[in-house]
Amino acid sequence: MSSSVTYKLTHKMFYEGLKEGKLLGLKCNSCNTYTCPPKINCAQCNSLDMDIVELNGKAEIKTFTVVRVCPEGFEGELPYVVALAELEEGPWVCGRVVGVDPDKVTMDIIGKKATVGGKIPPKLSYAPGEPMAITLKIS
Amino acid sequence: MRKVAVMGVGMTKFGPTEKSQVELFAEAAMEAINTSNIKPKDVQALFLGNGLGDFEEGQLNLAGFCANELGLPPETTAMRFEGACASASIAIRNAFLLVASGAYDIVVAGGTERALSMGTSLATRTFAMGTDSKYEEFSGLTFPGVFAMLAHLYADKYNVPLPKLKERMAMVAVKNHKNGAKNPLAQFQKEITVETVLKGFVVADPLQLFDCCPFSDGAAAVIVTTDEIAKKHVEKPVYILGAGQGSAGSLCRQKDYTIMPSRIASAKQAYKMAGVEPKDIDVAEVHDCFTIAEIVLLENLGLFEFGTASEAVEKGETEIGGKIAVNPSGGLKAKGHPVGATGAAQVYEIVKQLRGECGARQVENAKIGMTDTLGGDAGSIVNLIFGI
Ligand SMILES: [Zn+2]
Repeated sequence: MSSSVTYKLTHKMFYEGLKEGKLLGLKCNSCNTYTCPPKINCAQCNSLDMDIVELNGKAEIKTFTVVRVCPEGFEGELPYVVALAELEEGPWVCGRVVGVDPDKVTMDIIGKKATVGGKIPPKLSYAPGEPMAITLKIS
Repeated sequence: MRKVAVMGVGMTKFGPTEKSQVELFAEAAMEAINTSNIKPKDVQALFLGNGLGDFEEGQLNLAGFCANELGLPPETTAMRFEGACASASIAIRNAFLLVASGAYDIVVAGGTERALSMGTSLATRTFAMGTDSKYEEFSGLTFPGVFAMLAHLYADKYNVPLPKLKERMAMVAVKNHKNGAKNPLAQFQKEITVETVLKGFVVADPLQLFDCCPFSDGAAAVIVTTDEIAKKHVEKPVYILGAGQGSAGSLCRQKDYTIMPSRIASAKQAYKMAGVEPKDIDVAEVHDCFTIAEIVLLENLGLFEFGTASEAVEKGETEIGGKIAVNPSGGLKAKGHPVGATGAAQVYEIVKQLRGECGARQVENAKIGMTDTLGGDAGSIVNLIFGI
């Protein structure tokens, strides 16, 4: 038997999923919790026994900011809203909030429901491959 | 484990400079060597904190250049430690561990950085490299953004109305600028008011310009050695009583990061090793990269109960002369934040405070001091506890 370990859901596969409108994650067969974004083992119990699953993409905004001074590359998108959201399956994700006016966002956005999607970010230096950003569309 | 002490310490003025990272470190380290009453040839290892030197000057492998610059012998172990903003604290903790274990007797440890050389745009880009580059960075998240989200999380969780929290956050900046005004090595030596903070432009809602520490250049270094050697060379050795370090992953993985398990674990290790409790700390130099960061870390270090630190700031409990003096040097906010040098500058201040050499910003009767340094979004945390 081989002792090698293969990364089940790489960031590239995760990005491909987002591109097709799917939020991929891992479901643990030991503790039944979900890991997203992916990791080599379960975020809860470290088990390697996990299956790739499609999560339902429903989330709730937990916190946010409106970025007004950006890293090199994002100038054309200013101002923009970034948030942390809790997925229905448990994990939190960090993403770009879409469908809101950044200048009108207040703390009332906390607790709002959002749908997870993906978008291609601007070309950044020191970022190999085809990048994808998580988006959070306020419903 | 052997008892470990800090002998001499050295630090450049923080702020814009035209000196190179090697030149900056050489100044700080030579001061530390000279005030330890030792010679460069007595040093066996050089541990260098550096965050972004590659981007700042196109210079890799800085540690060897620094060792040669100082005239350290060819058998010197010279290494760079990178843990984002906690780099120098990691270097000093490793110096402590290796002197304690008997591997080395005398180590020069510290850090150097020229963040200002990059300009705001590249600096913001490279600082953002401290967040998860696969799952968070592409959202356009910045470091101010990370702490801006922390402020909203805090206000929501503890039910502090945002305007109230922002006023208390401003008071952190006011306090640290007040202290920095008394520190001749600080980047900003000017007092500000709550109005100054609340008038600043918004960097990332709800953080305004004066909620954020500056980009800085600078270096700091300390000589870590045994109790025995220290007593032979200096009048007032300061002892490293305890050290801790913790780690964490992406922000999203940490979920509600008003509570930071990596910081709690790191502090717990340090308190346990030192045999002290949070209430025993007289003076603390902590990682106030943003005003909200100081409030949240005070709770994670156990210096204040969860949810109460913003009120403690308002009551003046963190001022020099308060319940616990927090950032008498001016902190990252006013003293400056040259990433890879920051932890060493914190140790510099605590050593000077415990020796009673801080003049107008001296904390009376300071016997036990602590440092707290955060790298990335809590990916690396180091806590060190010092005594006399
Ligand atoms: Zn599991």
